[in-house]
Amino acid sequence: MSARERILAKLRASEKFGERVEPDVASWFAGHRRVESGAEKAARFRHCIELAHAEVYNVNRGSWLQKLWEVLAAKEITRLLVSPGTEHGQRAMSGLADNDIECRGYDQAIEQWKDEMFHQTPASLTTARAAIAETGTLVLWPDADEPRLMSLVPPVHIVLLDASKIYNTFYEAMQQEGWKDSLPTNALLISGPSKTADIQVTLAYGAHGPKELIVLLLGEEA
Amino acid sequence: MNAPLPEHALQFMPSAGFRARSKEVVENPFLRKSFRGAMDFLIDKRITQFPDKEELESLRTLGEHIRQYNLGKLPDILEQLETRLTENGVHVHWAETPDEANAIILGICQKHSAKLMIKGKSMVSEEIELNHAAEAAGIDAMESDMGEYIVQLAGEKPSHIIMPAIHKTKEEIAKLFYEKVPGIDYTDNVDALIQIGRNVLREKFLVADIGLSGVNFAVAETGTLCLVENEGNGRMSTTVPPVHIAITGIEKIVEKLEHVPPLLSLLTRSATGQNISTYFNMISGPRKSHEKDGPTEVHLVLLDNGRSQAYADEQLRKTLQCIRCGACMNHCPVYTRIGGHAYGTTYPGPIGKIISPHMLGLEATATMATASSLCGACGEVCPVKIPIPDLLMRLREESFTAPHANPAMRGQGAGYSALVTGIWRGWAFVYRSPFWYRTVTWLGSRFGWLMPSKQGPWTTVRVPLKPAPKRLRDMLKERG
Repeated sequence: MSARERILAKLRASEKFGERVEPDVASWFAGHRRVESGAEKAARFRHCIELAHAEVYNVNRGSWLQKLWEVLAAKEITRLLVSPGTEHGQRAMSGLADNDIECRGYDQAIEQWKDEMFHQTPASLTTARAAIAETGTLVLWPDADEPRLMSLVPPVHIVLLDASKIYNTFYEAMQQEGWKDSLPTNALLISGPSKTADIQVTLAYGAHGPKELIVLLLGEEA
Repeated sequence: MNAPLPEHALQFMPSAGFRARSKEVVENPFLRKSFRGAMDFLIDKRITQFPDKEELESLRTLGEHIRQYNLGKLPDILEQLETRLTENGVHVHWAETPDEANAIILGICQKHSAKLMIKGKSMVSEEIELNHAAEAAGIDAMESDMGEYIVQLAGEKPSHIIMPAIHKTKEEIAKLFYEKVPGIDYTDNVDALIQIGRNVLREKFLVADIGLSGVNFAVAETGTLCLVENEGNGRMSTTVPPVHIAITGIEKIVEKLEHVPPLLSLLTRSATGQNISTYFNMISGPRKSHEKDGPTEVHLVLLDNGRSQAYADEQLRKTLQCIRCGACMNHCPVYTRIGGHAYGTTYPGPIGKIISPHMLGLEATATMATASSLCGACGEVCPVKIPIPDLLMRLREESFTAPHANPAMRGQGAGYSALVTGIWRGWAFVYRSPFWYRTVTWLGSRFGWLMPSKQGPWTTVRVPLKPAPKRLRDMLKERG
């Protein structure tokens, strides 16, 4: 018998007792939060993620590129990692070129440019698929266009978030978007810049991931 | 100032040395201050996350239900998990013992001629002593969680399951870095120290052949491994190296994705008082051919190591509900005073006392369950309502009753002493019979001077027991 068979046999021998009634997660969440307006959710999202040390700017479809440039200029960043296969990546590439920001596209497998990614990539721009108001959380589903490391290695991570995609809770996001049938190879919840309190419970940012997280919150106004 | 190092070296054969190690910590004001300060901090942080007591209770009840339901279906959902992960391209391995788990992991390393394994935080990898096994096989296993990195540099073990280096002051860490990290200036600025760690470890992520991680929840219906962390080292370890190996205990499986949000909320709020961790990383497979990063090979090692023994008993099974938040140790008056190393087990504190006997046998852990005042704090804060005090009572019984046939636990009766049991039997006999009670107390009042001045552990910290010269009944008689 293999280890697998032995372990399963031991567990099967003890199946006679145990909880059989399925937990009702839906009804717990149904009573958990009242229905909120988009503005309320956006405000709650903003409040929570700012508490976690992220910077949030309200922008609209016409103004985000200008704000992106301002943020980069203020931080004296001259190189930005973007996704050339996306509309916002294209816009950043064409819009920033005239403003002394060099846009680098993530257009080849990481093995081809790992060293450059780690040592010469000060900032990146990605979208978020959705967000969660209750915890101030961005939902990212990395794919071939916006790979996993874009939101991890560069010290400054800038995220475009459509304010209409903010859910109340993690549960609501996964239920309404049908995650259980569509998860990508890697899905991420990100709720602030990287941090640690491992030295004498003193909070420090920029442990291994981005030191700064900037959210450009795309709404109608602003 | 630096805390002097304890002289009793830490080794993973617990009960022996527990008293000596506890004593060292209790007598060390620096260590006591470290633990007390950190635990008070975590207790306060947790309570601010649960302002609504009703919400907390209903969420705990839901969390308990989710864990018990999934344990009830454990063999089925383990098979479902294996099927889905395999479909997703993840290799699934099963190990009954730490040795088997190490052999699987090192086998994968050797297949890839790996030199460097970079590790995200994994208590299960501590449980199997992977770093030792890797070293023996000529593979450099390097910790990347800041706390784990610090304790590894110091040649120590984690003293807390969530905050591994909680026993160290920043000055000690500053000195450690200055001595061990080449080419840096001395600093005890926490931000600067973290940046030193970041820079050292980034170069390691860049060249590591293997990334190893634990798992917080594994979702059977989707074949997804979920990791909770703040630093990003877990994401680095599972994303940058070409091969990712995850290891988990067989109990951490949930059937459905919808079971995750309540457990995640309970976990981060109970552990560090955060409404959510910075990262929640959900891995459902290796890099696909058109993707540009992520490991090209992903493995999951499912470890039993005594868990199936706990599973077989209805009461002991509740031990496996644990989601490893550490709240029980943060609230434990014993843990707070003696710290994590005194226990001598991978998992310290209340959860350590109830899970370690299944992993190591009661032979090695017979007295662990007695290091408790049974105050009940651990059970009250447990986010999945594990009745830890009841389990401690049960383990005391398993340890100290005479060995019998078909025991529920390996090492049952390991703490049994015929003398002690005989004394208690005699006591019970005397207390059941008025005649013998009168006789024995009368003898006690006359011959109390015969009591020995050394009475075992009792007299190490107390004056000897001596019967009073007059019994209560005699004094009452005198008063008329």
